[in-house]
Amino acid sequence: MKILTGNDLRSGAVVWWDGSGWSLHVEQAADVGNDGDVIAAREVAARTVVSPYVIDGEATSAGVRPAHIKERIRALGPTVRLDLSLKPADPTAGDWVI
Amino acid sequence: MYRYDQYDQQMVDTRVAEFRDQTRRRLDGHLSEDQFRPLRLMNGLYLQLHAYMLRVAVPYGTLSSAQMRMLGDIADKYDRGYGHFTTRQNIQYNWIKLEDAPDILADLASVEMHAIQTSGNCIRNISSDQYAGAAADELVDPRPYAELLRQWSSFHPEFLALPRKFKIAVIASETDRAAMLLHDIGIRIVRNDAGEIGAAFYVGGGMGRTPMIAPLIRDFVPLDQLITYAEACLRVYNRHGRRDNKYKARIKILVHEMGKAEYTRQVEAEFAHLLSQDIEPPLAELARIKAQFADPAYETGLADEIDLANPAFARWVASNTHAHKAPGYAIAVVSLKPVGGIPGDASADQIRLMADLARDYSFDELRVTHAQNIVYPHVRKADLFALWQKLNAAGLATANLDQIGDIIACPGLDYCSLANARSIPVAQKISERFAANGKAEDIGELKLKISGCINACGHHHAGHIGILGVDRKGTENYQLLLGGSEGADCSLGTITGPGFGEDGIVDAVEKATDVYLARRESGERFLDTYRRIGMQPFKEAIYAKESVDG
Repeated sequence: MKILTGNDLRSGAVVWWDGSGWSLHVEQAADVGNDGDVIAAREVAARTVVSPYVIDGEATSAGVRPAHIKERIRALGPTVRLDLSLKPADPTAGDWVI
Repeated sequence: MYRYDQYDQQMVDTRVAEFRDQTRRRLDGHLSEDQFRPLRLMNGLYLQLHAYMLRVAVPYGTLSSAQMRMLGDIADKYDRGYGHFTTRQNIQYNWIKLEDAPDILADLASVEMHAIQTSGNCIRNISSDQYAGAAADELVDPRPYAELLRQWSSFHPEFLALPRKFKIAVIASETDRAAMLLHDIGIRIVRNDAGEIGAAFYVGGGMGRTPMIAPLIRDFVPLDQLITYAEACLRVYNRHGRRDNKYKARIKILVHEMGKAEYTRQVEAEFAHLLSQDIEPPLAELARIKAQFADPAYETGLADEIDLANPAFARWVASNTHAHKAPGYAIAVVSLKPVGGIPGDASADQIRLMADLARDYSFDELRVTHAQNIVYPHVRKADLFALWQKLNAAGLATANLDQIGDIIACPGLDYCSLANARSIPVAQKISERFAANGKAEDIGELKLKISGCINACGHHHAGHIGILGVDRKGTENYQLLLGGSEGADCSLGTITGPGFGEDGIVDAVEKATDVYLARRESGERFLDTYRRIGMQPFKEAIYAKESVDG
């Protein structure tokens, strides 16, 4: 599946297109198929997101997971500071990256 | 240390106002990202893996207490309570909001700091010896020359769009503590046979994907021609450096492809021309700058003895202090490499504490080192124990300077969008392994450096042991290098062979150190033994069949 990601223009936070807006949680990412570039151009014009791009993802029982480790680290946060990640209470959250 | 004059302050304040307006126009849609990107990069604001990242310049690594305290306050007020000290003697914040960036720059300007030229194809922050002005072995304090170069290179209209970024280091001792030979221009302040002070120029060094050691192109440039000669070096590069291929755009490639002799010939011709243009700042300006780097008011008659009854303190003194030029004083180094910690990271509270301790014990001054540590340059030996106690209470008294746990590591894939592999977890595992096995002190000096990609921000080429993280079909893999050195005995490391996984590389490092411990001769460092016995014994141990998991 193809998923669309970028950074929130104001905060810089990593965001994922969920089909109707931007989510902080990659698990909610929508399959954009061949529409990624069109959505990206529209959202850039709306000044919601910066530097969007399409990546490969895979559907799992826990939601969408980016195919490449770099994007999984973007999705979670630094593996060496899980307290700053999106799952600060989960000491095993880094396992999802690897 | 140098204080801004009205021109410095006006330039920085004007830039803050300009960037505030640019940010407003970006947020209200008058500037696109393509238009805004070069403007934010000129102010050190990157878009990194997780958020905007701000890189703040620390000229030649020197900070006052007030500046250091502001760095801690910014970490709390605008970031997530910590900062990351870099291998270019700067500090980076990883979680910056775009709308906060102008306010951060304004706060920095209030303490004579900025983020200008910490990105882009321009002359970057000038780096220097972290012990400058204090070391017992230096000829002169190199920082006035670094400051003169900073002023020359700031907003230099001809050099704001070079073929590629450009890094200069200035030192003034035989011992190279600034990796000077691995810079685009390395300058060593020297004395000639006539007793005059001048500058030796080394041009065309660097790390990255094509590491090179800078050759000497002129052994003596008179001080009243220093800027003119630097200008000539840059002009020839700006004229002939490649702009068609970013991987071949650094000056090291130009010097290599053109040849040292031809590059030098062209620099000398340009230099001769520029001498007729009278571009050199008057020596009075250098004298004005030098006056601001006058020695602090050292006390005299101080004792040199240190009470080493406390064993932990004694270990810290042995590893983390350095000889000072003034009797009764020492240089003390704070290792930002606690066992299992993140190299170069410090919390806001730790940063503010280090600022306070500089005020109380080191004439209000600190230094950032390219090895991602913090220096108190002027500490009375009688105060070392009190300083150590306060550092120790804050987790800042790790006694491991230049040992295997004092690892240089780039942010790697945990933070950097360019990285191919994580650096920090490998550094953590190595430091934990050698803390647990108790070998670090026995091994002694061993400089281990880790980069998460070929850009080599972690200086892996120059590590006695270097580690390079690569992406092998979506999996992190780590190459091992041996035999690098950033010092006066500069050398580039050699890859041992096939790479390793994350745990395998830790095992490989330990096997390499075991070869050293078994084969070393009296007084030899790891690097010395490697140079004497060569790669083969290390390879045989490292690649004994069960050790290769990659």
